[in-house]
Order: sequence, then structure tokens, then C-alpha cells
Amino acid sequence: MNETDSSRREFLCALAGCAAALAGSCSEITHTPFFQKRFRELSGEERAGILADLVTEQSERFGKQVTLTAEGAREGVLFGYALDISRCVGCRRCVYACVEENNQSRDPQLHWIRVLEMEKEKGIDFAHADAYYEAETVPRPGHFYLPVSCQQCENPPCVKSCPVGATWKEPDGIVVIDYDWCIGCRCCMSACPYGARHFNWGEPRIPDEELNPNMHYLGNRPRMKGVVEKCTFCIQRVRNGRYPACVEVCPVGARKFGNLLDPSSEVRYVLEHKRVFVLKNELNTRPRFFYFYGL
Amino acid sequence: MNSIRLFARFALDSARILGRGNWLYWAWLLALLCVIGAGALAWVHQAQAGLVTSNMRDQVSWAFYIGNFTFLVGVAAAAVLLVIPAYVYDWKPIKEVVILGELLAISSIAMCGLFVTADVGRPERLWHLIPVIGNLNLPNSILAWDVLVLNGYGGLNLLIVTYLLFSLHAGRSPNKKIFLPLVLLSIPAAISIHTVTAFLYNGMPARPFWNTSILVPRFLASAFCSGPAVLIVLMQLLRRFSRFEIQNEAIWKVAELMSYAMALNLLLLGAEVFKEYYSNTEHLIHMRYMFTGVGGSTAIVPWMWLSVGASIAAFLLFLVPWTRRNPLTLNLGCALIWAGVYLEKGMGLVIPGMTPDTLGEIYEYFPSRNELWIAAGIFSFGFLLFTLMVKVATPIMLGEFQRPGTKLVH
Repeated sequence: MNETDSSRREFLCALAGCAAALAGSCSEITHTPFFQKRFRELSGEERAGILADLVTEQSERFGKQVTLTAEGAREGVLFGYALDISRCVGCRRCVYACVEENNQSRDPQLHWIRVLEMEKEKGIDFAHADAYYEAETVPRPGHFYLPVSCQQCENPPCVKSCPVGATWKEPDGIVVIDYDWCIGCRCCMSACPYGARHFNWGEPRIPDEELNPNMHYLGNRPRMKGVVEKCTFCIQRVRNGRYPACVEVCPVGARKFGNLLDPSSEVRYVLEHKRVFVLKNELNTRPRFFYFYGL
Repeated sequence: MNSIRLFARFALDSARILGRGNWLYWAWLLALLCVIGAGALAWVHQAQAGLVTSNMRDQVSWAFYIGNFTFLVGVAAAAVLLVIPAYVYDWKPIKEVVILGELLAISSIAMCGLFVTADVGRPERLWHLIPVIGNLNLPNSILAWDVLVLNGYGGLNLLIVTYLLFSLHAGRSPNKKIFLPLVLLSIPAAISIHTVTAFLYNGMPARPFWNTSILVPRFLASAFCSGPAVLIVLMQLLRRFSRFEIQNEAIWKVAELMSYAMALNLLLLGAEVFKEYYSNTEHLIHMRYMFTGVGGSTAIVPWMWLSVGASIAAFLLFLVPWTRRNPLTLNLGCALIWAGVYLEKGMGLVIPGMTPDTLGEIYEYFPSRNELWIAAGIFSFGFLLFTLMVKVATPIMLGEFQRPGTKLVH
């Protein structure tokens, strides 16, 4: 089916409202029955049914078997992140590893990580930052780099602002979005001080062969147009004891990740032995994403 | 039972009034329907392709639609400017036109709803905002509160107007015990809609341009300028085209009140300008983007100066008794006020608040043609609704259209 067909069908579905949607005839990415409840309110049985439907649907759509879980937070885990500004070279490998891992739209392009090039003379100064630097080689003399993605705030302004409760903080500290409940009002994007939330302005597209088939319901499953998405610390990985993709790919080891409640974790080591800071601490968002100068 | 029969009769008569009119009436309706049609086509395009048809992007994620929404909340709130003197101070000349203010409020709230619907990415999910069935995030989300107060205010005005017109049509005297508390309730309700809408912006420390406690009074002051501007023009039209007797005194009084509101509005704007430029912190950049542009990005600068110029000119025209009494300068003042506040709320509030974005990027936003068509369609819908409601209300209020055998109670 070509894309015009798909969007027309989706539009007609929106018009016809419940009738068409209940019949389950919407395009593959608006699979959700119109009257599906919030994910948090679903019973275990309902969740299992929805996950199974999604697996069938996405496997058909992308022509390969996908897995989809809704694995919950583990007891005694609170995730934290630390990024070493003195090591980051601004290569943007994290940006693209994130796109591939988390099934971000390739066209239109959508990135969860923005790497800002800043002038050493000016220090951390957003007004003079450049996210679109083009360089033959990095780092460029006189510059340093500040990658920014969701800061997974303890006190997230985005969650507070959402009129329908479609986004919330999980017990392990990850701020997630229910893509099937989000109405696309973008209050959260206005409220976020870090530009961490991104909207699907057009129909998101991922080539079949590039789809990452290992998915989490609240994370990297393909999104639909008109909803907001953001970094989830790679929820599909970290809840299985793996590192986020950006941590794994970083060629200079600038990215550290771990359980803040585990005294032996690397992120705790950084907190105890380095001088860390958070972005815009005057806003009292209390990020769990720390920056430090390791060298 | 009798009331139900009377109400059916009222509805039937209303429909009959709508079906009658001269060529000007029909031409006006046709013109509005054409623009509504064009807007609807643009909306179909947006629904198919997504909001990518707008010029909004992640950097400027709220813009023209939300700006229009905010402006119209102000227009809706302004009905209160007429209710206060009419009922609280029992000032007769204004009393007759209060109902027009309420009709304007209803039309504005309808347009607000349409602008929000145009702005959201998944309009078919708006039912998630309905308490109990959906999940309205109270008390945390300001937008959730806004949904409540806007619908409440719209419903309240609809109730008041319907009750009043129905009573007049049935030849009954409106029951003051029912009617007066509702009218008095509409005063705090009007203030609440604009206050809560201001809080929506105000409560976001991520956006220093909005995170200023002066925002609520600024919103209220500007609303008390723009809403009555429409009413003044309307009162003159009604006077010409119907037997409606609206005294000059009423119009001049409203114009005088508007000049005070505009004075306050300009004072508050001046206070903001002083604070930003004199303190000269990093937050100044938003105001610089608005008034001088930053780094060659000047898309909205001319509009902002036009807004300031129009507001000051209108203030002077309404301040001087001679110019607010002269029909020509009075109407010029109304147009200038409308333009000044529309540009300030429609463009000057939302866009500089988002430019540069939270990470310092400047994305130059200007509404796309598709956005402009959708907005034009929504405005035309509002005008259509307003026209039809005024068309029904006028003869009933004049006692030209009463149930046979009843005497005029007015």
C-alpha cells in the first residue's frame, strides 16, 4: 500500500471516529482501538492482548518478526547518567546509534540527542551554541561539545503539564510516554527546558531493513504521526541489564550509566569522585542526567 | 410541558428568522461559507499529511494556532466588561447590548475550541480530555484547568442567552432569581478563563519570556481592549440595520473604558520592556528577537512595531473625548486596537517565547499558507455563528418576534 493511501485511510478513520476504529480498520500505525484505555490502567490480560496484536501488526508491516515487551521497572533500581564533557569529541555517533536503536523516523528526520558545539571561551552558553556544525574532523579547535537529550528529571515539568496524563515517571526514574494516549497538544514540549521532546510533524518512516525488532511498548516501538516522543534511556535495553545504545557506541567512553541505588555502579563512582553539575539547575527540575569534567 | 412546547416554538421561530434576509445577508453568508470551505480543504490536507503542513517544528512547537486561541480567549472574556456596569451598577444604556457581548463570547469560545482542535496532533483523541471517560490531569495540568473553565464559560453564556431570549420570545419576564446569579457568576468565570490561559504560559519556567507574574494582568488588560472593539462596531451596525436603539452614550462609555484598559496594557508592556532591557540578562534575547531581531532573523519584527504603533494610536484616539465621539476616528480606533492586540497575542506572545528555543537555536517561524487558510476558515466559522445568533437575537430583543398574543416585556 502506498503512503497516500495509508494517510487517506487514516484520515477517513479519524473522521469516521469510533465506528471505523472499533472495526480495527485503521492504517497499521494507528492500530489502537479507538476506546483503548490508558496503558497504566490496563489489566495484565488486556496488556497481553494489545502487545500480541501489535507484534502481529508490526511483524507484517515490516516483514520481519518483532518482539515487544512492556517489562516493568525492577525493585531497587533508579537509573542515572553521567556525561564527561572533557572527553566528548562531538562525533555524533550517539545521535545515529540512538536513531537506529530507537526506531526514530528517518524521513522526516528525528533525533533524540542534540549535540551542541560551544566555544571554549564562552563556556556553557546556549545562546551561542550551534547544533548544526559541519566539520571535516572533530573536535574543532577552540570548541567543546555538549550532547543534550532527555534529562529524566526527578521533578519533570513535562509530566506536570500533560493535560491527559499520557506521560509519567516510572519507578526506576525513566519518564515515558503512552503513544496511544498522547493527544499531540505539545504542552510538554513547551514545558521542557531541555528541548528533549520531539513531535512527529509528519508520518514517521523507517525502512523495513533498518527497523530494530526488539521493542518496548513505552520505548522504541514505531510511533505514529501527531504524537510526542523522547529518550527513554533505551528502556528496552536497560531493563534487561544492558547499556543504552549511546553509552555502547561512544568511542571515547564519555558516557556513563548505571543504577544510582547501587554503591558500586559506575555512575555512583562518578558522582562520588568527580564534580558533577546538571543543566539549568535553577529550574529545580533535578535531572538524573549529570555532566562532569573527567579530565 | 407548556415550557417544552414554548421552547419548540422558540426554536422553530428562530429557524424562521434565519431563513429571512436581504441580499446583503445572503451574500455575507455565502462569502463566509466560501472561506469556511477553503479552510476545510486546508484542514483535510493537514489531517492527511500531519502538522508538517504548518511551519511549526520542534523549535517553535506552538505558534499561530495557539496565538489565535489565546487572542480569542481574550475576546470571549471581554463580555464581562459590559456585564459589570450593566448589572452590578445597573447602568441602563449598556444593558441591552450585554446580550451581544455574550453572543460574542459564545462565538469566540467556539473558535477557541476549533483552534485547539487544529493544533493538536491527534484530534480524534480529544475525548481523552473528558473527565471520567478520559483522563483529565487535574490538578497538575494547567491546560486541563483551561479545558474546564473554557467549556464552563461557554456553557454558562449559552445558558444565559438562551434563557433570556426564550423568555422574551415567550413574553415572560426572565426570572431574576435564576437569571441574575448566572449573570453574576459569568463575571468571575470570564476573568478565570483569561487568567488560567495566562497561567498556561506563565507556569513554564522553561520559557523565561512567559515566566513573568505580570502576564495575567497583561492578558486581562489586552482582553478588555480587543473584545469591546468588536462590540462597538457591531452596535453601530445594528443601529443602522435594525430598529435597535443604542445610545451614543453607551458606545462612548465603552470606548472610554477601552482607553483605560489600553493605558494599563501599555504600562504593563512598558514595565516588561524596562525590566528586560535594563537588567540585560540572557533572557533579554526573546524581547530582542521580538523588537529588533537576533542575528539577522527579523521575520516578526515589523509586525511587532505595527502592534505597538497601533496600540498607542488607538489609546490616544479613545482617550481624547472628541476623537472617541467622532464616528470615523472611533472606528479607526477599533480597527487599530484589534490589530494591535491581535498581533501582540497572535504573534508577539507565543513566537518570541519560543525563539530562541530552550537550547538557544533560532528557528524563524512564520505561518504557512495552510495554517493561514485554516485560521481564516475558523474565523469565518466564528463570524457565521455570531451572525446567525445576532440575527435571531435582534428581533426577539426588539419584541418583533414574539409568540402571538403576548405583550412585550423588556
